[in-house]
Amino acid sequence: MTEPATARGLPAGADTVSVLAALRWGLARDLAIAFRSRNELVVQLVFFVLVASLFPLTLAPEPGTLAMLGPGVLWVAALLSSLLALPRLFGRDFDDGTLAQVALSPRPLPALVSGKMLAHWLVTGLPVVVLAPVLGAAYRLDAAAGALLAASLALGTPILSLLGGIVGALTLGARGGSGLAALLALPLYVPVLIFGSGAVAAQAAGLSASPHLSLLAAGLLLAGMAAPFAAAAAIRIALD
Amino acid sequence: MPLWRDVSFAVPWGSALLVRGANGTGKTTLLRIVAGLTHADAGVLCWRGAPCAPFAPPLRDDLLFVGHAPALSDELTAAENLAALASLGGDDASAAAVRSALDLLDIGRAAGVLARALSAGQRRRVLLARLALSARRLWVLDEPTTSLDDGAVAWFEATLAAHLARGGVAVVATHLPLRMDAARRMELVL
Amino acid sequence: MGINWFRYASPVSFLPLARALAPWFLATAAVLGGIGLWLGFGVAPTDATQGDAYRIIFIHVPAAWMAMFIYVVMAGWSALALGYNTRLSAMMAQALAPTGALMAALALWTGAFWGRPTWGTYWAWDARMSSTLILLFLYVGVIALRGAFDDARRADRACALLTLVGVVNVPIIYFSVRWWNTLHQGSSISLTAAPTMAAIMVTAMLVMTFALWAYCIGVVLWRVQAIVAEREEGAPWLARTAVAR
Repeated sequence: MTEPATARGLPAGADTVSVLAALRWGLARDLAIAFRSRNELVVQLVFFVLVASLFPLTLAPEPGTLAMLGPGVLWVAALLSSLLALPRLFGRDFDDGTLAQVALSPRPLPALVSGKMLAHWLVTGLPVVVLAPVLGAAYRLDAAAGALLAASLALGTPILSLLGGIVGALTLGARGGSGLAALLALPLYVPVLIFGSGAVAAQAAGLSASPHLSLLAAGLLLAGMAAPFAAAAAIRIALD
Repeated sequence: MPLWRDVSFAVPWGSALLVRGANGTGKTTLLRIVAGLTHADAGVLCWRGAPCAPFAPPLRDDLLFVGHAPALSDELTAAENLAALASLGGDDASAAAVRSALDLLDIGRAAGVLARALSAGQRRRVLLARLALSARRLWVLDEPTTSLDDGAVAWFEATLAAHLARGGVAVVATHLPLRMDAARRMELVL
Repeated sequence: MGINWFRYASPVSFLPLARALAPWFLATAAVLGGIGLWLGFGVAPTDATQGDAYRIIFIHVPAAWMAMFIYVVMAGWSALALGYNTRLSAMMAQALAPTGALMAALALWTGAFWGRPTWGTYWAWDARMSSTLILLFLYVGVIALRGAFDDARRADRACALLTLVGVVNVPIIYFSVRWWNTLHQGSSISLTAAPTMAAIMVTAMLVMTFALWAYCIGVVLWRVQAIVAEREEGAPWLARTAVAR
């Protein structure tokens, strides 16, 4: 018997069209799942608000102190809530076997992973970006500082999703679950935290915030290019 | 301790390799190696004559893998799950195609039900409905007929026969009997 | 020329080498360490501005260097492990991690003891100290990830990837922490820039550096033997070399 003709609908290789199609697949599927489980997303957002509102209770809530601590506290809260959402990214797909199907599909895995990471940021990072200026007001940040905080989070939280994706994939099937993921992810998050909260602090000190934002943008570009490949490699290691 | 040594086979176009063996003899491991999910400690896997590392694109292009895990997302309906899996592999994922595939397996009525509410047998049927949508050349199926009733098993046997008649190849691990054409059947006992 | 380096990529041929070399490196470390400590604590003069407290740099600075350097070496072995799938590379990376963590911890500990008389506090959020702390966390992360898997091969590859991600991040972390530090703090006395280093101080520092080098290499070669023995337990070749000893 001879080799049968293939009737695949997918073009071979990783050209732009198939990369974009793969990205869209990951994005659409994970957004649909996120929409169905939106209660959990609300919980994650409430956690962010809760952490941010615990800090003033631990100190004398004087406007000067609050405005000084605000950016850092809100950034740490964003970091922790991003960490809380980390298992959603690959954990369930790994448990139910979907991740094996994803990794074995003809589509380029880094692009599929990028789509999933983008969806993850849209449902866990973007709400934090939007909420931060509101919480900033409670920390007596003025409108300009609030806007800058949102801008720094808009550039920084995608990096958290990208780096978190690598860590999430590395810890699939590992003992020690979320504690281990936190231990691995938090040191990697340090530069993002420094540049993000530093942007607002620099502006408050009368300096320009643009170097901080530029560095965050550079970090986002670097992470955006490298992290999907690292996460794809980690997924293949996890499935092996 | 190696699971086995000196296991060697070549499956010609149009044939199915049935992998048999007691629990714990490594049927699933062998299938995972054939699917390119994992590597063998020693030895090579070739697809269409060329050696393949795990996750090699030529193998992925032609592969349909149905493993033990349900591969269904609890938050999506049966139809959405099937459409997502079909479109992932580049198969026809249109609503009509998905619906008719589900109807073939007699679970058209459950199309709109969330996967978490499906029974084990229904989940299995959703997965097997992928076979109806897929034109991949290599099927690697791990215990495909577990928790299926007689009607669904008969459907599976007919679908597998059609796949082989098209010239396709299948590697199937099963401990349940499968009725199939003896000329197309190879057996490997681990 | 003529040496097949890949020969030593296999534990079978590497183990006898490690077994033979480890004691020599450790002995060298002991001798050099003795000389270095004698030079640093006995011969070198008291510093004009910092008094005798500065003498801790003879341990602190080499340890801090080793902490950074070992991470890079670990990343090199990790890259080999992922690229060539060599078991020994992954075992070397595994053997390096605890020593790297020890060096980072030693640098932090001695730094704190230096900080107390000099800064008046054990911990001053100095840029170097903070980034070494993060480096320690990176080491702990690799060790913890290793412990989280039963399957050695899975652990090897996951740790190798994590180390590579870490090594890309280390310069960024150092840069970001320095950046943060210069924005928030005036310049303070730096631990490494003693105003004038007498020649004897430089000599003592170099000798201590070589001592720590020898110690780290010796200990890693020692540990890698244990890892090979643990992993390849029951392998026939291991029994043979054990008998040969």
